[in-house]
Amino acid sequence: MSWIEIKNLQSVALHDIPRLKVEVLRDQLIEKIRSGKRLVQFFGDKDNGDVVLYAIAADDNSSKLFIASTKFTSQKEYQSITPEIPSAHLFEREFFEQYKIKPEGHPWLKPLRKGIAGVDSSEIPYEFFSMKGEEVHEVGVGPIHAGIIEPGHFRFSCHGEKIYHLEIKLGFQHRGVEYLFVKNNARPLYLQKLSESIAGDTVIGHSGTFARAIESLSNTSIPRRAKLIRTIALELERMAIHLGDLSALSNDVGYLTGNSVFGALRTRIINTTMAICGNRFGRSLIIPGGVNFDISPELGEKISSTVNQVNDETALAAEVLFSSASVLERFEKTGVVDKATAIEIGMVGPSARASGVALDIRSDHPFGAYEFFPVHKLTLDSGDVFARSYIRFIEIQQSVKIINDQLGNFTEGETNKPVQPLEPNRLVVSLVEGWRGEIAHVIITGNDNKIKRIKIKDPSFHNWFAVSLSVRDEGISDFPLCNKSFNLSYSGFDL
Amino acid sequence: MRYIPFILIIISPFLFTGLINKVKAIWAGRKGASVLQPYYDFFKLVRKGEVISKTTSFVFQISSSINIAATIFALMIIPIPFAGSIISLPGDFVLFSYALGLSKFMMILAALDTGSSFEGMGASREATFSTIVETAFFIIMGSLALLTNQISFNAIFSVLNMSAGYTVLVKILLVVSLFIMLLSEGSRLPVDDPNTHLELTMIHEVMILDYSGPDLAFILYATSLKMVIISMLIANLLIPSFLTLAEALPLFAFILFLVFMVVGFVESLIARLRISHVPQFIFLMTALSLTAFAVIAFFLRGGF
Repeated sequence: MSWIEIKNLQSVALHDIPRLKVEVLRDQLIEKIRSGKRLVQFFGDKDNGDVVLYAIAADDNSSKLFIASTKFTSQKEYQSITPEIPSAHLFEREFFEQYKIKPEGHPWLKPLRKGIAGVDSSEIPYEFFSMKGEEVHEVGVGPIHAGIIEPGHFRFSCHGEKIYHLEIKLGFQHRGVEYLFVKNNARPLYLQKLSESIAGDTVIGHSGTFARAIESLSNTSIPRRAKLIRTIALELERMAIHLGDLSALSNDVGYLTGNSVFGALRTRIINTTMAICGNRFGRSLIIPGGVNFDISPELGEKISSTVNQVNDETALAAEVLFSSASVLERFEKTGVVDKATAIEIGMVGPSARASGVALDIRSDHPFGAYEFFPVHKLTLDSGDVFARSYIRFIEIQQSVKIINDQLGNFTEGETNKPVQPLEPNRLVVSLVEGWRGEIAHVIITGNDNKIKRIKIKDPSFHNWFAVSLSVRDEGISDFPLCNKSFNLSYSGFDL
Repeated sequence: MRYIPFILIIISPFLFTGLINKVKAIWAGRKGASVLQPYYDFFKLVRKGEVISKTTSFVFQISSSINIAATIFALMIIPIPFAGSIISLPGDFVLFSYALGLSKFMMILAALDTGSSFEGMGASREATFSTIVETAFFIIMGSLALLTNQISFNAIFSVLNMSAGYTVLVKILLVVSLFIMLLSEGSRLPVDDPNTHLELTMIHEVMILDYSGPDLAFILYATSLKMVIISMLIANLLIPSFLTLAEALPLFAFILFLVFMVVGFVESLIARLRISHVPQFIFLMTALSLTAFAVIAFFLRGGF
């Protein structure tokens, strides 16, 4: 039996999803990933007391998604996929933690998040990797950090100032987001608010991903004007965060000019988002069926002139930043992740593109207005902090172009439509290229036309491991810089 | 009368750190806090209580006091034009260097006393860098002793006159060298970033993480004072001995002001060095002072 083939945002009936034997699913998944496909989701769902495991692989060249499933009735273990496919590493740990079905031979089987409902954390003790040898020492940082940083524990195995290995333990922000979605599935407004709170820096990204999934499941086709406004909001979010990151990266190397200039530019962009919807991070803007706020012609002009000004000033500031010898000395050849590694561990987003992986959901699995405005995929080769900074700069310029395109193509019309009830027993995969990379929400509906299971994946889920790899053989004092160059979300990972 | 300049210096250090912060704020496009802000912070800290970690011993508690005492003692050895220094004896620059060394040693001990891996790391960095600085400092003083044939600060600076011939070159080399010492000892960019909140990248800041209240105030004061002391050395080097009192003292104050302005500019315009490259930067100080020493030795022998 072959896997069912769908596209982004195309819902599929549950009974159409092939149910394979676990060994067959494993072999076919390995074969798919080896032939260049990418593991997008790998998660379980309870089905009348049994556990159903869904695996979703993406073929980015042909914009296709492949889905298959397997059922565990009494079986409590299966052979791990991770030794063959490293990018399955965290997915398998998550599946084990949530359903207690053990991947045999998983090389790194530890709890993923603290205090998952139903799993006593003492059942699977967390053991840190330890390194032995003379003069080897461990440095533990967190989970409580100085400054405004989310909680996470970083354990460095060092020799002098040199990092040999970094282990990252997360889960301190676990709020049970997926559980809350199912528990409150009769309250649409609550769900929309919840989707905005998955990761505070990706409000537009996550709320848009969720809204699109709901629209697909309810066969709602949203007005074109709403699509344009969503696209503008998503690109504004990308610009704002990228500018903030350039500011923070400058700060981490003590470069005052970059820190203050980019920080000021970011404020102008988030204030533009506020002019649209009244909130600087775009809360309440997106609802299933469209958007809550319209962009008037005057506001459109204001947005256009602001982003163009910001674009000019960013170009000036970036020229100074990226030609400053003292900054380049810190950025270049620091925290390198090469292309082969990036593909192997399944990196996504600007960090992957900075390592030469041409992956951009806006172009590979287009959604919303991107279906009509193809996005050119930007990549850089060096995979170091410099590449991850520079790609932010060129993506800001690209976002400005996209926003101007959208503003130039405004059509009259409504901004939202009422949403019909969800169709029962279906599954939809919603992929969106947020500023950090691929956001993937999978929603399964039950008999009652409500959400039965939602699987949320923030891009951070793939990229945290890249942070660990990037700091190997680097000085421990360069860790904050490497970490910031990825700028991953703790709450998006912990859910 | 003789003590008035000394007293002015004793109360001035925070004015200079306030000045650095003001320069940086203006570069960043901000209005910035008042130049007096470090004083407000100081008095706020002095009024506060202290939290002392249970894992520490008495070393932790006496360190900050010894640090500030040793630093003030070091200040007393540095001459001010016409006023001279409070303590002067042959070879007093060795005493000066060890007074600063003692203050650093106590801070390193206190950092190790806390048992924190961060502070141990900071202490190891601080110790490494100051070893290099100390050697270079002795080469600087050796050059000046060779040039003037004197062996105390007071005597050296009262006859020092580097405004003609090859001594101008020596002067430039030594001033740059001392400026690097100031950046390193004062924990400023590009050696250390006084504003960072990232423990892993800190040097000086991480060593004092466990301090609070009056002890922290003392440490902040001692660090600022150390920078003033080194900038006083620079000023002494730049002021020729033939000036009158009315010329020398304003010039002295102006040079201190200028040095801190330059520190502010440096912090605004360049990024911090990678820690593994910091020793190379500090070794520049050694190279410059060795060159100065060689130039003096060469010309004292009669030149070509």
